[in-house]
Amino acid sequence: MSKQLREDVVRKGYVLPGLPHLLLAADQNPGWQKVRQAFQKVREDLESSDIDVIVVYSTFWPSVIGHQIQAREEPEWVHVDDQFHALGSIPYKMEIDSEFARELDRSCKDRKLHSRLIDYEGFPIDTGSVVVQQLINKDNRWPMVIVSSNVYADRAETVVYGKAVRDALEKQGKKAAAIVVSSLSNRMHTTHVDPKDDHFSSKKDHEWNLKYLEFLKEGRLEDVSQLSRQFHREARVPKVTAFKPFWWLSAVMGQNNLYAGEVYEYQPVMGTGAAVIGLTPANKAARDLEFDEDDPEAFAGERGVLGSNEDMSDSSGSDNPFSGANI
Amino acid sequence: MAKKGEIVAGVLAPHPPHLVYAENPDQNEPTAECGWETLRWGYERLRKSLSEIDYDVLIVHSPHWRTQVGTHFLGVEKFKSLSVDPIFPNLFRFHYDLTVDVNLAQGIHDEAKGAGLVTEMMTNPDFRVDYGTIVSCHMTNPDWDKPLVGISSNGGARYFNMDVLGATMLKLGEATRKAVEASGKRAVLLASNSLSHRHFTTESEVVEDMSKEHINNHNQYLWDMRMIEMMRSGKGQQVLDVMTDFTEQATAETDGGSLTWLLSALGVPDYPATLHGYGTVIGTGNAVMEWRPGQEARA
Ligand SMILES: [Fe+2]
Repeated sequence: MSKQLREDVVRKGYVLPGLPHLLLAADQNPGWQKVRQAFQKVREDLESSDIDVIVVYSTFWPSVIGHQIQAREEPEWVHVDDQFHALGSIPYKMEIDSEFARELDRSCKDRKLHSRLIDYEGFPIDTGSVVVQQLINKDNRWPMVIVSSNVYADRAETVVYGKAVRDALEKQGKKAAAIVVSSLSNRMHTTHVDPKDDHFSSKKDHEWNLKYLEFLKEGRLEDVSQLSRQFHREARVPKVTAFKPFWWLSAVMGQNNLYAGEVYEYQPVMGTGAAVIGLTPANKAARDLEFDEDDPEAFAGERGVLGSNEDMSDSSGSDNPFSGANI
Repeated sequence: MAKKGEIVAGVLAPHPPHLVYAENPDQNEPTAECGWETLRWGYERLRKSLSEIDYDVLIVHSPHWRTQVGTHFLGVEKFKSLSVDPIFPNLFRFHYDLTVDVNLAQGIHDEAKGAGLVTEMMTNPDFRVDYGTIVSCHMTNPDWDKPLVGISSNGGARYFNMDVLGATMLKLGEATRKAVEASGKRAVLLASNSLSHRHFTTESEVVEDMSKEHINNHNQYLWDMRMIEMMRSGKGQQVLDVMTDFTEQATAETDGGSLTWLLSALGVPDYPATLHGYGTVIGTGNAVMEWRPGQEARA
């Protein structure tokens, strides 16, 4: 990293894979083992920073009713993955920064997002968040906050969601590491594949992953964010409407290309592109080539759909053309 | 020779957790004042109807146990835990204690595997049963006095397309029927899915405020009515023929394959289903419908 580093409330950003193989079965494939070792480097990187909190956006945690924010102070459970249950159980105990979760909830609402706190015994924390917590923060050295990924959210809403995280950090004067738990290409094998024979599901997926990694190595986070729609079409199984994690991460980190990027590892895990990537704010920007998306400050999309158009007019001052529409 | 088993009823049994919430059973932590009565009365009529027949086991195919590598089957006899809905934790925190008919599950698994499907038994005792399975089973049989077979749904509709998933589900349905027949048991099948499935993304302050409940959009409603009419008039094959269009155009929860599986297991019914109730839940369309092989639908 030759770039001069820059001070920011978000000290570090990471992209981390979340499949349970990395925690429970890394010894079954040399590539999985390498990815697991890369998590150790992330841990060391975090130890050398002065962060107060880890904020996790997990693509493994879908939500429908707005954005859900984990706020339970010490969630504890024995987790089993829906699909990879044969790999074993994962007992975990986390520490959540519930004060920060509450601040984030307020910040979301200030930006007109629908958000809510999750504080329930036994709430099913998703596999990705559990795996990442176990691999980089099992001892709860840093408190965490986990946020969901709304299945219907598009870019504007997700960018505003990221900005709300920055707001909350600034309000509380906290320094953070922001983590997205996501694969790059997400095409899993659809038949049983022996771990030692793991490979990328498609060469095209692999090529797109490499393109993304090339950009991220150069610190071009906002460029990658702005290419998310393309990536979604090219390298993602469309389980949700859009590929959102880089929209969120870039918004949290300030929407620019001013980073030192490091690709710690990149391997196929169950056919998906599993990359461990770190981003540190730096002073020298890579070229800004891809910026052509809008930059919303507050969410003004589908609000009040439970009401009629008349209900809408008194809250926003004008009719909402989207009320009740399938957009 | 042992008695031949049979599917004695097939049910479209949607699983919005709101229904259990509004029923206020002891097992569920949150309590409601009211809500979604038309659907809950529909389930009441279903229960009355099923009380007229003897059956040994419920077989449920759930969109909320999603697997990408084939179809999985619950393979542990007893599950006891707390199920918290990841989307609606404010409404559904259900203490369940259920029994699985592992023999029959294994039978369907083996039959499906023999038919060339990718299959797996789920044998981890710490596994949490998904809320779709729990809601459909609770609404159908709140006494929980029958064992169940739990079948996962496959993500093939997204990985490939609905037609590919549909072809797989037709095979799974046939395998289910053969395994039930070989088991000597009398089974009720539950397809645990809504019809149209575009949700609202906000919730009203009083969740059970029914003045706020309505279908998400007119297109969905038209599709739901079309599908219900076909099912009510015994046009099982037509339902299958339009399943891909319906699933895509009405954002339907049939993308998990549950309804296709059910229709296949029933031998693609050319006899009418009984509509016990229809209603919307947070904008999605839901119908409780029952097929009785060998019997006419009741009014
Ligand atoms: Fe559902």
